[in-house]
Amino acid sequence: MKDVKVLGPGCKRCQTTAELVQAEADRLGVPVRIDKVTDYAAIAGYGIVSTPGVVVDGKVVHAGGLPKTEDIARWLVA
Amino acid sequence: MTIASPADPRRPNTSLWFAATLAALVAWVVVYRQLVPVSDWVVAQLPLQPGSAVADAVRFFIYDTPKVLMLLTLVVFAMGVVRSYFSPERTRALLAGRREGVGNVAAAGLGIVTPFCSCSAVPLFIGFVSAGVPLGVTFSFLIAAPMINEVALGLLFALVGWQVALAYLGFGLAVAIVSGWVIGRLHLEGWLEPWVLAVRAGAVDLPEDAMSPVDRIRAGIEAVRDIVGRVWVWIVAGIAVGALIHGYAPADLLAAIMGREAWWSVPAAVLLGIPMYSNAAGIIPVVEALIGKGAAIGTVLAFMMAVIALSLPEMIILRKVLTVRLIAIFVGVVGLGILAVGFLFNALFA
Repeated sequence: MKDVKVLGPGCKRCQTTAELVQAEADRLGVPVRIDKVTDYAAIAGYGIVSTPGVVVDGKVVHAGGLPKTEDIARWLVA
Repeated sequence: MTIASPADPRRPNTSLWFAATLAALVAWVVVYRQLVPVSDWVVAQLPLQPGSAVADAVRFFIYDTPKVLMLLTLVVFAMGVVRSYFSPERTRALLAGRREGVGNVAAAGLGIVTPFCSCSAVPLFIGFVSAGVPLGVTFSFLIAAPMINEVALGLLFALVGWQVALAYLGFGLAVAIVSGWVIGRLHLEGWLEPWVLAVRAGAVDLPEDAMSPVDRIRAGIEAVRDIVGRVWVWIVAGIAVGALIHGYAPADLLAAIMGREAWWSVPAAVLLGIPMYSNAAGIIPVVEALIGKGAAIGTVLAFMMAVIALSLPEMIILRKVLTVRLIAIFVGVVGLGILAVGFLFNALFA
C-alpha cells in the first residue's frame, strides 16, 4: 500500500493532483491511500514552498504545479 | 529515471518539437502583420459613419483584441520557458540567510523569474520565513512577484512603448527593494501571527528535475494554456472599457482629471487602485486608452501598480499569517513607494 499525501490549502490544482494520482494508481493497479494535507504549518513542515506538493511514503517527490502522469507512475511503482 | 532508448515511443522527438515551435512562431508573425488591414476591412464592412465615436470605439476593439491576445500568448510562452529554470524552493535556498540590502535586491530580482501564484502565497511566506529568509527580504519577493510579471511588462512594451515598460520594470524593482528593506528595518517579526514563528520548516531534497528542451517548450505551452485561459475574459473586458474611453471620453476632461497639472490625481489613483482587483491583462488596455486621451503616464502607472501589487484578495489570504497591523504597514509602505513612482514618472516623462 502506497501512502500518498497531497499538500495544499485546498486549491483547485491540489484537488486535481489528488484525482490524477488516484487515476494513475487505478490504471496501474497499485493500491494507494491518498490523504490531503491542508494545514499550512504541516505543509511548511515538509519543507515545500509551492503547492500542490506530493509526498509518497514520507518522501517529498514534487512541489509546485500539476505533476506529469509519467512522474506519478514512476513514484507509484518505485 | 531510466534512460529511454531512441525507440521508446514516449521519448519526444526533439527536432520535431523545435521545428513545430519555429513554424508556430513564423505563423504568429505572419498573422500579426495582417491585423491592421484585416481589422480595417472588417470595420469598413460595418454600417458605421467613418470617424464617428462608435466607429472609433469599434475599430479600437476589433484591432486591439486579437493584437493583445496574440502578444500576451507570445510573452507568456517565453516567460513559461524562462521560469522552467527556476523554482520557489531553489529561490528560497538562494535567499536563506542573506543579509538585508543585498538580500532585498536578490529577492526582488528573483521575484520576476520565479513561478508564483497568489494561491501559494501563504506556504511561500511561511516557507521563506521559517527557513531563515529575513522578513524584509521575504516582503521584497512578495511585492515584486505579482507586480512585475510577464503580462504587465509584455503588454506595456507592446501597447505603450519600451521606455515605459523599462521604467515600470526599474521603478517596480525599486518599490519592491525599498519597501522590503523598510519593513525589515522596522523589525516587525513580533507582528506575525504567533504560530508562524513556531513552524519549523523541514529540509526538502527534491530530486533535481532533469528537464529536456522539449519539457521546457511544454512548460511554455502549459503556461499559455493556464494564464491566457484564465485572463482572456479580463482582457476582453479591459479592451471594451478601453474602447469606450477611446471613442467617448472627452480628451480635455481626462487631461484635467488625470493630467500632469492635477497633482492630487496621483494619490487619488493609488487610493482608488488598492481595493480594486484586476490583473495586468485587464488593466493595460485601459491604461493605453487613458494615455491616448491625455492622462499623465505617472498617474496611470501608479493606478496600475496599485491595482496589481495591492489587492484585497491577496491581503485576505495573507491575513492567515500576518496581523492586521502588519498588513496595514505593508499596504502603507508599498502605497507610499507607488506614490513616489507616480510623481517621479510624471516628472521624467514630461
